[in-house]
Amino acid sequence: MAENKTDTENTGANPILVMLGLAQVGTTERKTVTFGDASAITGSRFWSIVSVVVLIALWFVSAAFEWTDSTFLPSPQSTWAKFYEVFQEGYRNVSLWENIWSSLRRVLYGFGLGCLLGIPIGFAMGLSNTLRGIFDPIVEFFRPIPPLAFIPLFILWFGIGEQSKVLLLFFAAFWVMVIAARSGVLSVKLSKVRAAYSLGASKLQILTYVILPNALPEVFIGMRVALGVCWGTLVAAELIAAQEGLGQMIWVAQKFFLTEIVFFGIILIGVIGVIMDLLLRLLERWLIPWRGKG
Amino acid sequence: MQNLTANNVGMIYKLPNGGSVEALKDVSFDLERGRILTLLGPSGCGKTTLLNILAGFLAPTSGSVSLSGKEIRGPGQDRGMVFQQGALFEWLSVEKNVGFGPNMNGVPVAQTKKIVDDLLATVGLAGFGDKAVYELSGGMQQRVALARCLANDPEVILMDEPLGALDALTREKMQGLILKLWNETGKTIILVTHSVEEALFLGDRLFVMAPRPGRIEREYELPFAKMGLTANVRELKTSPEFIEKREEILSLIWEMEEEIMGSRGEVL
Repeated sequence: MAENKTDTENTGANPILVMLGLAQVGTTERKTVTFGDASAITGSRFWSIVSVVVLIALWFVSAAFEWTDSTFLPSPQSTWAKFYEVFQEGYRNVSLWENIWSSLRRVLYGFGLGCLLGIPIGFAMGLSNTLRGIFDPIVEFFRPIPPLAFIPLFILWFGIGEQSKVLLLFFAAFWVMVIAARSGVLSVKLSKVRAAYSLGASKLQILTYVILPNALPEVFIGMRVALGVCWGTLVAAELIAAQEGLGQMIWVAQKFFLTEIVFFGIILIGVIGVIMDLLLRLLERWLIPWRGKG
Repeated sequence: MQNLTANNVGMIYKLPNGGSVEALKDVSFDLERGRILTLLGPSGCGKTTLLNILAGFLAPTSGSVSLSGKEIRGPGQDRGMVFQQGALFEWLSVEKNVGFGPNMNGVPVAQTKKIVDDLLATVGLAGFGDKAVYELSGGMQQRVALARCLANDPEVILMDEPLGALDALTREKMQGLILKLWNETGKTIILVTHSVEEALFLGDRLFVMAPRPGRIEREYELPFAKMGLTANVRELKTSPEFIEKREEILSLIWEMEEEIMGSRGEVL
C-alpha cells in the first residue's frame, strides 16, 4: 500500500508545474507533434506571468532612465501617487467613485436597454417570416455603421444631456443583441421542437421551455460582446459635453497635460472592463452549465 | 378498433425551379394495434416523410392517415416520437426530460414523479434521475428518449432511426430493450432504419420501400421479433432463416440502388 503511494508520487505530474503550464498531463505529454493541435495549446501561465512582469518592469525602467519626457510617459510611482491623490480628493470637485459610477451607469443603461429591446426583436425575427422580413434590412443596414457616426445626429436630436450618451451606448448594444438572439432561436434543432410538440407542449410552452433555454448560450455570448462594445464606446460617448465620467476625466486631464491621470484612467477602464466580462462569464457558468454540450 | 391506417397517401414536394419531386405515391396500409412495423429502404424512398406524416408534422398532398378512425392532422400525444440522438433537452436533468410531457400537461408533481421513477427503472436507468443528459453515454441518452416518449402513454410510438448513432454492441442491447418495451407495453411501434438486420430483427412487419416515387415495394410478415423476446439474439441472427431473408432483402435494395445509379447515369 505504502509502496503504491510512493509510486504515484514519483510518477505523477508536479502540480505546480502543471498549473504554470510547464508540464503536461495525460496523452498531451506523450504527443509527438502539437503544432496545429488545438487541444494541446492551452496557454502557458508561466509565460503569461513573465509577459506581465516584463511589461511593468519596462515601464519602471523607461521612466527611471527617462527614455522619454515624463509629460508623455509618467513613471509608475507618480501615476500611483496621482491615483492616490485623486482617489482621496477627487479631480475638479468630482470624486473618483462618482466618475466611475456615472460611466458605469451610462453603460448599464445603454446595455440594459439594448438587451431589453434587442432580445425580443431578435426572438421575433427567429420565429416569424414576416417579422424577419420586416427587420432584416433595417438590422443589416444599421449593424455595420460605427455608433460614433451617430454622435452629431444625436446631439442635434437629443441635445448634449445624458440622453444622447445613453442612446449612443444603446445603439452600440442593440444590434449585437438582435443578431445574437435571432441566431440563438434559429439554432434550435428541429427534432427538439418536434419532440416537444409530440409531448403535448403548446406554442407558448415550446417558446419558454425549448426555444428560450436553447437560445440562452448565444444570447449570453451576445451580452458579453455588447457589454464590451458599450464599454469601448464609453469614452467617445463622454466626448459629448460630459461633466463627469472616466472618459471625460481623461479628456479633461489631457488638456492640462496631466498624463498620470490619463494613464491610470485608461488602466481603470481596462480593469473594470475585465471585471465586467468576468462577472458575466461566472453568471454564464452558473446559469447555463449545458453550454456547448447539446 | 385502434388501427393506424394510411389511405393512398401521396406527397409531392414543389421545387424552386418549378419542378416537383414525388416523395410518396399511393401508400396504403393498415397496421393493427400492438404490431411493430419497420420501414427500410434506400435514401430518398420517403420512409422518413411517411413517418413525419404519421406524426402529423407533414400534411400529405393526397390521401390521408388516421389513428383509431380519426384523421391525423397535426402532432398529438397519442403518437410519441423517438429521434436519433440530440433530441433531448440538455438544459433539463434526466428526470425532467422524462417528466416533460406530464409537466406540460399539468399532471400533479407527485404523480409525475411516480411515472418518471417507474419508467427510469423500466429502461434500466434507476438512480440516474438527477444526472444531466450530457453526462450520459449515447445508449443511455436513447434510453432516456424512450422513457420520455412513454411518459405520456401514447398509443403509437414512432421512431426515426433511434439507434442510428450508436456503436454495434450498444445497438444490439438497445434492440433488445425496444422489443422488451414493445412486449411489456403492447404499444404499436413504427421504426425507420437503415440497417437490414435491425429491420428484420425488430419488425414483426416490414416494409421495404423504393424511391422515385417513394412507395412500398414489398411487405414481409416476420417471426423474429417475437422469437427475439426469448431466444438467444446471436443464434437468431445467425440462423439460416434470418440470413436467407437478410440476403433476399439486401439484393432487393441493391437492385434499387443500381437502378438509381443507372437512371442518374442517363441524366448525366
